[in-house]
Amino acid sequence: MEVKVENLSKRWENFSLCDVNLRIKDGEYFIILGPTGAGKTLLLELIAGFHKPDSGRILIDGVDVTDLPPERRGIGYVPQDYMLFPHMTVYENVEFGLRMRAMPKNERERIVTEILEFMGLTHLRDRLPMTLSGGEMQKTAIARALVLRPKLLLLDEPLSALDANTQRLMRDELKRLHEELKVTVIHVTHNQVEAYVLADRLAVMRNGRIIQVGNPEEVFRRPKDTFIARFVGFENLFNARIIESRNGIAEFDLGGVRIEAVTDRTGECIVGIRPDDIIVSRQPLRSSMRNTLKGRISDFIDMGSLISLIVNVKSVTFVALITKRSFLEMGLKRGLDVYLSFKASAVHII
Amino acid sequence: MGEAWIAEKSPFIIASGILGLLMLIFLYLPIINTVIASPDRMISALMRPETRDAIFMSFYAALLATLITFAFGIPLAYILARFSFPGKSIIDASIDLPILIPHDAAGIALLLLFGPKAPLGRLLSGMGISFIDTLFGVVLAMTFVSAPFMIRSAEDAFKAVNPQMENVARSLGASRFRAFMHVTFPLAFRGILTGCLLTWARAISEFGAVIILANIPKTAPVYLYEVFINEGLTAAIPVTSLLIIMAVLIFMAVKAIATRPLKPVY
Repeated sequence: MEVKVENLSKRWENFSLCDVNLRIKDGEYFIILGPTGAGKTLLLELIAGFHKPDSGRILIDGVDVTDLPPERRGIGYVPQDYMLFPHMTVYENVEFGLRMRAMPKNERERIVTEILEFMGLTHLRDRLPMTLSGGEMQKTAIARALVLRPKLLLLDEPLSALDANTQRLMRDELKRLHEELKVTVIHVTHNQVEAYVLADRLAVMRNGRIIQVGNPEEVFRRPKDTFIARFVGFENLFNARIIESRNGIAEFDLGGVRIEAVTDRTGECIVGIRPDDIIVSRQPLRSSMRNTLKGRISDFIDMGSLISLIVNVKSVTFVALITKRSFLEMGLKRGLDVYLSFKASAVHII
Repeated sequence: MGEAWIAEKSPFIIASGILGLLMLIFLYLPIINTVIASPDRMISALMRPETRDAIFMSFYAALLATLITFAFGIPLAYILARFSFPGKSIIDASIDLPILIPHDAAGIALLLLFGPKAPLGRLLSGMGISFIDTLFGVVLAMTFVSAPFMIRSAEDAFKAVNPQMENVARSLGASRFRAFMHVTFPLAFRGILTGCLLTWARAISEFGAVIILANIPKTAPVYLYEVFINEGLTAAIPVTSLLIIMAVLIFMAVKAIATRPLKPVY
């Protein structure tokens, strides 16, 4: 199912969705990524039909559905916090859509049993939602949405209420569902990892506008502006001045620190380096990496299996991400001198 | 924790406990005192047809008032809970007005509109519906003073149901009405039932508005007032006790129903 959003605008309370244009291809896993308050949920709810846009159109498989009520759009919808019907069992929740279609009881029984099995929920069929774990609730909500075999599935922050472990499992589950059912998915999230792992393509939203659309590699490696760069994890962003440019390699000055990057740009710009693109070592590395800087660890943040190192190179502060194991093996601590190495191609110019 | 409040030995908590206890005594003592004052004479009071008729009339008219309020008040409560429209805040703020105005004043206001001299009263009278000294009058007065309880309870109950549940139901093929019937109504049912109970109880106890519009057929409060005026306090006690006991029994029965677990409504 192909979805086209054309010049969609909507004022909603104190918020505006401005002139949104999107084209989601048939069978695509499309992610709408943005911070809280960007307008992602409103856009999703407009596609679902819960609100009427002030202007613009929504086309599904070429048919204008802008004025159709949600019950006639044939779209599966999983809202944030799942919204399972608390007075119905898992079975009754999943069965709901079929009941609304007045399907005969034995046919309903067959389809619900099948989908409960597909989602691994058979053992929970008689349980009420309040007795389920977060992951089980999420699976039930997806099963309920899939029971009518929609060609388009809308997911609103489906993993945000889950713990980190369950999030990982459910990410895999969503990937499996998408691959097996060949359903078009529009998934709204503020989580970059989710977007990177799941998306075929993604759109970044800010203040009610789409500001970049592309595949994860494009958006995460070549963000269009500093907002996107910061949002997708470019923790090292510096104002820079190009000193010299030769054969596609330019030398930059970041206020006393010189680095090289692959670019034809000239003049003032902003350079960004992802913390996971920086290699940290106790000795200078002999490698093809064109940038090696000596700095001093000023601080570190323990994030469980990863450590975020804050390293001062002269007056410039870099953030590098390493595993806890490497951190312990190298015996790193505050005040220690280290070398930061990164490729010229890892430096993104905005 | 709740169970250890007295063990806290906080002067504030102890003072609150004592003041609360005094409040409870004030509320319960007159009721208990009335009920235990004349247990033997309650039976003989109940044997009088006028007593039985008045009690029946109160319960019956209050039931009709509750059903009318349900039919018109629930849709209003749903609209108030779910939608924004011009003047909503004024309507929302004034819903409780019938509770606030003195009830004999409410009766007079109804008389001015539905009485035989008012245009609307004349029109309805021509259709065979008169409100003076009729069951219609009793029900009208009861509905006016008790409807806000139902509307407010139902509105709060609807507000407590996340509108996203209705959205999900609609994405699954339910129309607005079916989403309401299958999801919102069952989930708000307890609040609505509480509203029905409060409306019904308030209607039963209504005196001021009823007596202005309809002295007959006699409801229990009107009958009790007449017994008190004509026969004195001693004669009024058994009727009072009966009314209290019946109200408590029905209140407990409906509360028991209201706290049962809910099943889907199909």
